[in-house]
Amino acid sequence: MRIIIPIKQVPETSNVRMDESTGTMVREGVESIINPLDLYAIEAGVQLKEEHGGSATVLTMGPPSAEKALREAIAMGCDEAILITGKEFAGSDTWATAYTLSSAIGKLGAYDIILAGERATDGDTGQVGPEISSFLDIPLAAYVSSIIEITDGKATVERLLEDGYETLRVELPALLTVVKEINFPRLPTLGGKKKAKEAEIPVWSRGILEIQEGELGLKGSPTRVDKIFTPKVLRDGMMLKAHDEQSAQNAAKEIVKFIKEKNLLQ
Amino acid sequence: MSSKGVWTISEWGEDRIKTISFELLTRARPLADKLNTELSSVLIGRGLEDETARELIYRGADKIYVVDDKNLESFIVENYSAVLTALILKHKPEIVVAGATTMGRTLLPHVAVKVNAGLTADCTSLDIEEGSGNLLQVRPAIGGNIMARIKTPEKRPQMATVRPKTIRPAQRDEKRQGVIIRERFGNEIIDSRVERVGHRKLDTGGAEIQDADIVVSGGAGLKKGDNFKIIQELAKTLGGAVGGSRNAVDRGWISYPHQVGLSGKTVTPKLYIAVGISGSIQHLAGMKTSEHIIAINNDPDAPIFKVADFGVVGDLFEIIPLIYEALKEAM
Ligand SMILES: Cc1cc2nc3c(=O)[nH]c(=O)nc-3n(C[C@H](O)[C@H](O)[C@H](O)COP(=O)(O)OP(=O)(O)OC[C@H]3O[C@@H](n4cnc5c(N)ncnc54)[C@H](O)[C@@H]3O)c2cc1C
Repeated sequence: MRIIIPIKQVPETSNVRMDESTGTMVREGVESIINPLDLYAIEAGVQLKEEHGGSATVLTMGPPSAEKALREAIAMGCDEAILITGKEFAGSDTWATAYTLSSAIGKLGAYDIILAGERATDGDTGQVGPEISSFLDIPLAAYVSSIIEITDGKATVERLLEDGYETLRVELPALLTVVKEINFPRLPTLGGKKKAKEAEIPVWSRGILEIQEGELGLKGSPTRVDKIFTPKVLRDGMMLKAHDEQSAQNAAKEIVKFIKEKNLLQ
Repeated sequence: MSSKGVWTISEWGEDRIKTISFELLTRARPLADKLNTELSSVLIGRGLEDETARELIYRGADKIYVVDDKNLESFIVENYSAVLTALILKHKPEIVVAGATTMGRTLLPHVAVKVNAGLTADCTSLDIEEGSGNLLQVRPAIGGNIMARIKTPEKRPQMATVRPKTIRPAQRDEKRQGVIIRERFGNEIIDSRVERVGHRKLDTGGAEIQDADIVVSGGAGLKKGDNFKIIQELAKTLGGAVGGSRNAVDRGWISYPHQVGLSGKTVTPKLYIAVGISGSIQHLAGMKTSEHIIAINNDPDAPIFKVADFGVVGDLFEIIPLIYEALKEAM
């Protein structure tokens, strides 16, 4: 079984600091990591490989430093990696990103399954996975929470929707985007780390992908970021202090009065 | 033919039109008015009566494209994408908006590729730029720390998904007139490579916080899971639903379907009460459009107070029981 896993390197954003004056993120001291949901895609791929045999290829489009993310994926058990880099790819929106990744996947030859994280924590769109399946014209199962079985060239999977779980059977090759519920990503092993260190990672550029310049990066992106601003959320509310028993009593009464005045008591 | 008209993609399930469809009409009506064009809605499914489609007209649409087929009973992205792609290529709308639901977030990217269009995810506001007539799409980015305004200057249609519950559903007006157009397709829309085998409903444990008029939410200020009971009791007394911050959810005090915020649910109740919640930008993203907001926190500088209509600075363990008593008296 040939497994392909497109991943993304993202800034560690669980504790973002913002520069109030410019409205941009403070990048200094911010670590770059594999997009957390992609770890679940990698784990799913490695598990499939363990069960069915075969190989797992990770690929990413990003700056040269994204090579680190690829090596981490190899340390987790992937077999080979490809880095798509070059300044002509900069500024890609989801459409151009998906187009570039699909072109790269097209160059890899036959494959059985593509696994992707449901979304990336920085862009937060969840669009690239579905877009790749559409470019490649292969079946898509998004929000996959469990791979039930793979038999007779078909994958049976469960998807997590708003109101419950749906079971889909899709013919392979297919693309699955995965959610956290699917597994517990493993930590790299010592052997894995060694393999990762020694791995040769080919670098692909526009020429290899045979994409026209106008179809990638900012030029190939239908959407443009027009303006960035910080969210404003002010209401001029009333404030009461409850520092002793009496003021607490009073505050409680005022709250109930407020609720009553707004006709919210049933 | 140049592109013309604003479309919404309605959602259908369990014999009814889902609320998100009416929210999309609230969003899209002013866009169509500003562009001086028609507002249409696409309704795909099985067993769709004219009566059902007319509901969308009552809520603001001028034209409904109904695609009713036994093979379209449930959402399979390939089939719905084939239908929507064909409709877009035939009628050439200028703008297409869908809900940022599991359906919309799967369907629209699939279609955007087929029709070569730009797509913006999870918008919280849409407007028309004066002069150019371009769609201005605003969405949170970098964990909600910034808002980005996005445009699609050339490609048409301009496509966007809109976060559910960020606006009220359009009001019903039975006097509104419109047309219903039934479009038919053959078997070419069916992708035989995909089969829906089953579905099981999820027990949300009473977490329908998106439909509640009142939501009482607790955060890390509650200190431990046991204390969450006071939030539950207060919610029950008020006839409301229980919510939680991510800190409360991560600590296992309440389950994920109750999480309010950027990576949880957006709620717009008539009243939101935040108890022991600091008001991080991600939490605010999920509740700041509530009609009324009450906050209780012992830190006078907690950002939650910035969005509150009524704030009480004090110890929640002291104040909540007093509110409880005052409520009993008032009821
Ligand atoms: C990408 C991303 C997505 C996120 N998504 C979400 C999301 O969907 N929802 C969400 O909520 N968060 C989300 N977060 C996390 C968010 O940044 C905050 O960490 C979280 O909201 C804090 O929860 P809290 O307010 O309960 O806890 P804290 O920030 O710890 O606040 C606790 C508050 O309780 C008050 N307090 C303490 N004791 C008392 C007392 N005795 N009486 C009264 N008040 C008291 C304190 O003053 C404090 O203000 C996200 C973060 C990231 C990076």
